[in-house]
Amino acid sequence: MKNTIRNIFHSPKFVIGFIIFFGLLLFTFVYPWFVAADPMEMIGQGNFFKPGTYISVKDAVESKNYTLNIEAKSSNVGAHIEEKDKKSMREWLVKYGGVSQEEMDAADDNALVELWFEKYDSKADQKGLTASKKKSYVRLTEKLKKLASDADVILAQENEDGELEATGSFDSQTYVNVGDVGNKRRLVLGTDTFGRDVLTELVAATKTSLRIGLIAGVVATLIGLILGLLSGYIGGVFDDIIIFITNLFTVIPSFVLLILITYSVGQSARGVGTIAAVIGLTSWTWTCRSVRSQVISLRNRDHVNLSKLSGHSMIRIVLTDILPYVASYVVMAFILQISSGILSEAQLSMLGLGPSTTNVATLGQMMNWSTLYAAHLNGSWWAYFPVVLVIALISFSLNLMNTGLDQVFNPQLRD
Amino acid sequence: MKGYKKYYTQKIIWYLITLIFAVALNFVLPRLMPGDPVSAIAGQAAEGMTDAQAIKKVYDEYIEKFGVNQPMPVQFAKWLKGAVQGDFGVSFSQYPRTVADIIKSSVGWTLALQLPAILLGWLLGNLLGAVAAYIKGVFDKAILPAFLFISNVPAFGMAVILLTIFGVTLGWAPTSGAYGYDLIPNMSWTFVKSVFSHYQLPFWSIVLTTIGGQAIGMRSMSIYELNADYVKYSRFLGIKDRKIVGYVFRNAMLPQITGLAMSLGTMMGGALVSEIIFSYPGIGTTMMSAIKGNDYPLLSACTLIITIMVLVANLLVEIIYGVIDPRIKAAQQD
Repeated sequence: MKNTIRNIFHSPKFVIGFIIFFGLLLFTFVYPWFVAADPMEMIGQGNFFKPGTYISVKDAVESKNYTLNIEAKSSNVGAHIEEKDKKSMREWLVKYGGVSQEEMDAADDNALVELWFEKYDSKADQKGLTASKKKSYVRLTEKLKKLASDADVILAQENEDGELEATGSFDSQTYVNVGDVGNKRRLVLGTDTFGRDVLTELVAATKTSLRIGLIAGVVATLIGLILGLLSGYIGGVFDDIIIFITNLFTVIPSFVLLILITYSVGQSARGVGTIAAVIGLTSWTWTCRSVRSQVISLRNRDHVNLSKLSGHSMIRIVLTDILPYVASYVVMAFILQISSGILSEAQLSMLGLGPSTTNVATLGQMMNWSTLYAAHLNGSWWAYFPVVLVIALISFSLNLMNTGLDQVFNPQLRD
Repeated sequence: MKGYKKYYTQKIIWYLITLIFAVALNFVLPRLMPGDPVSAIAGQAAEGMTDAQAIKKVYDEYIEKFGVNQPMPVQFAKWLKGAVQGDFGVSFSQYPRTVADIIKSSVGWTLALQLPAILLGWLLGNLLGAVAAYIKGVFDKAILPAFLFISNVPAFGMAVILLTIFGVTLGWAPTSGAYGYDLIPNMSWTFVKSVFSHYQLPFWSIVLTTIGGQAIGMRSMSIYELNADYVKYSRFLGIKDRKIVGYVFRNAMLPQITGLAMSLGTMMGGALVSEIIFSYPGIGTTMMSAIKGNDYPLLSACTLIITIMVLVANLLVEIIYGVIDPRIKAAQQD
């Protein structure tokens, strides 16, 4: 036993997989110590805020001012315009501004802004543009003018008479130190559809999904192992029945069964535990088949016959003389069951059959929400890409561990 | 050919038994769901009515129409009778469209997408796996971890990634649907071109996810075979490497064909979910709308179609397997 474990940890594949998997697992436990926020708290009003540090504007205004000799005005106007605005500006300039396509392609952001101020005229004849589009260009120009202007920003307060009174002004060289601002929140991965902090939610979801995978794996492996051991060892009618059922459910795709069962339990009963149990209940047939065929080849070995002659009970023979021989296979199957359980949950959630609670996030639900709200079409990569990455990493690490174990137990596969 | 008769008859009988179970499960399970979607539609139809008598009449009419007042076995017999003739009843969520009509319009897209994609992915994967096992060295060392990782990216994940890179960022291919939204399906050149360009992203995302798993399986099978005694013996005999590789490939192929049959259900499941990402009008997207709309006639028809597709594909693989595995031939001739 000790030797086997040492061998296992000498397999580089297993070790890499082990490190990735337990690294992720550890992260889900350590992260909540540092960020105590509720993962399902909707902090953003609106969806898909960009990743970054958000500081309170009010605090920034009240903070100590520093004057830095850095020109902050029109030189970077281009950086403040959104990508789609830039695109429509380019379109307008080529179509109505008389700028050639080559010249347009060569122009960078600031050159684009300069060209815009030079050529844009709201009264120009803009054939083929809707009124709202025309107005949007006017608004865009207003915004650009504000950005480009180097006039001071005046801070005003209402005095006793209800009139506005200037209390201070900032020029373009006024800066504040981010450290001075009290109210800020770092959203490493931005927010999702409901304005939740994606990173915090992702950590919680990873934990839930791992739990689903684990429960599903335990259920599937236990059922498969017990039925496989019994049907292989007892044989007879019991074996025939088990073989019939496993044959049936290896041809009927478990994905379909999963959909049918999760649908039939109804939305209110579809909790995290139920989903995990159903996944386990639909995926034990493989383990059962392999365990059974191994037991059949074992049951007539000499040491088993010796045990029988010594009058040991069936349970004892199965546990001490047969189980140790199939244990390595069962561990490997268990590892794969965890990863396929996580994937199954994700696919179910994508179809709208995931856990129906709103106070627990799973990886599948996060994926489902972000695709439902078209995060993948509007460029909000932070809402779905980390989720895909985490699913892939979990499944990759578990498969790597499995391959490593396979090479330890089947020397023929070693490179 | 005579020897095969028994083998194939057994297989076909077995698949028929499985089909019967699958049909029963597909009918019963969705109907066990708590809640009453029929009264939900009836409620919509009766909206704004004030006369209790009239409302009741609407409800009764709908219940009669969908036959939900009869006991389950009677419903099943009725449904089965219709299903054999291709009539799966009326959809709840897209009422008054029939289920058969909806399925008919989506099953072609799924077949045309998944069949070539899975086959191509399987072929490419096996080729790469065999080459990696044979060449070893850098190619193997670099390609194996890469494919191990790719094969673990879920199908929908691959779909999203391809869509973001090639659809949204680079703009090389359209992002959703099976053809331009401004087109009506016909045989014109523009329509075919539009279908082709919409086909690319879903197709390659399925191919890519399939390649990884197959390459890994084929690689370890080939390594296993390359170390077998017959290979060493052939080498001692001085048989050319090319010829040996041919033997190895054929032997390693057999388990891969069984592997294809076994993993087909899982692969199709993944590919169906990635249809949703592309809003591809196939069975996957239809199934999602059936689930969202609480439309169990449509859902059970969808799952039934998927089951039948998997069953038929499995049966085909087994038939092909019987032809190419000489051991089965030998066993039949005893």
